[in-house]
Amino acid sequence: MARAPVLDRNLHIARIDTYIDPLTPRARAIVTHGHADHARPGHGSVLATPDTIAIMQARYGPDCAGSFQPLPYGKPLDIDGVRISLHPAGHILGSAQVLIEQDGQRVVVTGDYKRGPDATAQPFELVQCDLLVTEATFALPVFQHPDPASEIARLLRSLAEYPARAHIVGAYALGKAQRVIGLLRAAGYDLPIYLHGSMLRLCALYEERGIPLGPLRHATEADRSELAGAVVIAPPSALKDRWSRRFPDPVLAMASGWMSVKQRARQRGVELPLVISDHVDWPELLQTIADTGAQTIWVTHGREDALVYQCRKDGLTAEPLDIQGYGEEDEDA
Amino acid sequence: MKAFARLLETLVLTPSRNRKIEALAHYFATTPDPDRGYALAVLTGELSFDQVKASRLKDVVLAEVDPHLFALSYDYVGDLGETIALIWPHSGEGRDLPTLGALVDLLNTTARSELPTLIAQLLTSAQTNERWALVKLATGALRIGVSARLAKTALAQMSGVELQDIEEIWHGIASPYEPLFAWLEGKAEKPAIHHAARFHPLMLSNPIDEARDFAELDPADFAAEWKWDGIRIQLILGPHGVSLFSRTGDDIAPAFPDLADAAFGHGVLDGELLVGHDFEPASFNALQQRLNRKTASARLMAESPAFVRVYDMLFDGNTDIRALPWTERRQRLESFFATTVQTRLDISPLLDFSTWDDLAALRREGATLHGHEGVMLKQRAAPYVPGRPRGNWFKWKRDPNLVDAVLMYAQRGHGRRSSFYSDFTFGVWRDDEIVPIGKAYFGFTDAELAELDKWVRSHTLQSFGPVREVQKSLVFEVAFDSAQPSTRHKSGVALRFPRINRIRWDKPAAEAARLEEVEALIAAT
Repeated sequence: MARAPVLDRNLHIARIDTYIDPLTPRARAIVTHGHADHARPGHGSVLATPDTIAIMQARYGPDCAGSFQPLPYGKPLDIDGVRISLHPAGHILGSAQVLIEQDGQRVVVTGDYKRGPDATAQPFELVQCDLLVTEATFALPVFQHPDPASEIARLLRSLAEYPARAHIVGAYALGKAQRVIGLLRAAGYDLPIYLHGSMLRLCALYEERGIPLGPLRHATEADRSELAGAVVIAPPSALKDRWSRRFPDPVLAMASGWMSVKQRARQRGVELPLVISDHVDWPELLQTIADTGAQTIWVTHGREDALVYQCRKDGLTAEPLDIQGYGEEDEDA
Repeated sequence: MKAFARLLETLVLTPSRNRKIEALAHYFATTPDPDRGYALAVLTGELSFDQVKASRLKDVVLAEVDPHLFALSYDYVGDLGETIALIWPHSGEGRDLPTLGALVDLLNTTARSELPTLIAQLLTSAQTNERWALVKLATGALRIGVSARLAKTALAQMSGVELQDIEEIWHGIASPYEPLFAWLEGKAEKPAIHHAARFHPLMLSNPIDEARDFAELDPADFAAEWKWDGIRIQLILGPHGVSLFSRTGDDIAPAFPDLADAAFGHGVLDGELLVGHDFEPASFNALQQRLNRKTASARLMAESPAFVRVYDMLFDGNTDIRALPWTERRQRLESFFATTVQTRLDISPLLDFSTWDDLAALRREGATLHGHEGVMLKQRAAPYVPGRPRGNWFKWKRDPNLVDAVLMYAQRGHGRRSSFYSDFTFGVWRDDEIVPIGKAYFGFTDAELAELDKWVRSHTLQSFGPVREVQKSLVFEVAFDSAQPSTRHKSGVALRFPRINRIRWDKPAAEAARLEEVEALIAAT
């Protein structure tokens, strides 16, 4: 029995003419989460979780789309015989997987996701499906992310060892920065944390939306003496820029899944690599594929080769989608 | 093993030399024997496990991991040891790794056929970070940015003993160095080493201050020689063979078998290692070709035979003559050459002069006609004193060549300079384009560096990672010692020892030098 495909390779849902995470302006878009390589301004109408809409409006302005339709997690929306629902992806605040049900077929587009605990994001929910469209940012068996609490313990150990040095942690401004703060708070660190200017607004937004982050300060306004031995969080691009010169003899740290590769940390001049990732690692990725029961796997972006190879080896149908433009924030994942 | 793994991680990730030394000193001071001795041996390249080859380790991993996925991972990570450490799919929570000393014993005593099982067990017992250290250790391919000299510097810092005293006995002692550590900690005498096995720290020169020194120095008190453009070498000749120590005390004889096999006699000599046929020195580039490898191919040895131009003698046979004045040492050196016929050693001739003006004329002529780097002055009455004693030996380098070149690319520096664009590639005109001729990262003050950094940021055309291409509009007056032909640079020339002499904020790029002007200097040097 031939059925009309629910979704094409451009993540276009034909029956309702809607794109998921389109990179160019479209009349109708579903946005999985607020990172710039998934959430773009200029669409006609945007369907997303309330948190994602708030993030988009904070980043691009309240009128960055013609209209917004908030859809809470788990609440189905029926349009022309297609049922759409959003389910937590665990990636950042408000991140969602999109479940599309049509003619008895179930398709899940994961967006970016992780399965480990994160106090600053709604926990991942497993959704059974026939076709799984998954990311593959860390799809190589060398990526086996450690427990983030042990990585934060390394940061705290370095702070104790070098009490006179500022510790500048490179972290992407949306999601990673708040997660690092959350992990520090969970480890009992209750001193003020100093922020690069570009993070202030997003941290305030997290707090408004019910994620407490503890005392935060604007790093540029702080006294030099305050910053000795302090934790400073900045976007990775600021680590090696003029901005970091203001700090006394800083330790450069970076929170990213890529930091497991020492040569990579070394190239970027990172002295204290913290392997903290907001994406699934290789074992979690394979586990998720198995758990969803999907027989067909499409791979959006990342290390597609390895994942497609492994899926086919496991007897699944798997194909790379080769979508240009996703993962541009890879360096900071 | 845990402490050693942490040390290696710190060393690979810390850009600051001082902090590396601190980390090493801390490790050596807090780790018991024999572990710290084995660690020292590993860091200085004295200890390696010839049974554990990288390919064997790979076989161990491929028994556990899909080969295609391993290949994709290796492509991505780029370092075999690190790939193995990250990809190993098992971890034995709570199991402990053996100490470094026990591990060394295990690797040395396990039968070849049992090694794969042993390695698999060790990888499983280790945490990711320890696995990485384990693989580095087992294969001996450390690549962590630590030289043997840095490790010895840390020993000096930890103990307060002079670095040159450690270098002096280094080649007479062996892993795991218990007598060395006992001495460094003041618990035993300095290990006694026969002179034949030991490197004798070198006597070094100071640059002459033309404005001041010549007025005070009497030319009759000094001998002069050409300054040779090779590398400083200490030759130890004896009944047990020949050692060739570089100025930092590394024995480089294995890279120069042509020289080591041909030289003979009994004593310790000081001279310049050069390459060339019939004692005619070839360019430094040709020597560099041979320095870059651990062993030499027959072809390379035929193309660039090595020889030593000898200028001093420290031991005559077994007799230490370092306390004798230069004049007497020179006599002994001359009689050494008068009584033996050497095919790979010759003596550095003395220059004939009676006034400083004579010598200045010779120096100029030598630079223009033969490309000599300058002259060396040696006080006739001076003993051979390790280090850089003032007033005994002077180097008087030729005047530098100058060229006006255009800044093309700027790269971020390292350590303290990592937020500044401080490494500059510059070029000269060839027809209508500018082609690169060299790179320099010093010669300017901190204030000038801040200005240059600002200029680079506001004149960037495009960025490639840490490198920025800039508008071709800023001119540097670049000073350099000589120009040599090069196949590496697009321009076909390379400058030796280039530095930024002046920043010519005022000069338009169109008035910078042309490639022909630089090429003309090759013939002269």
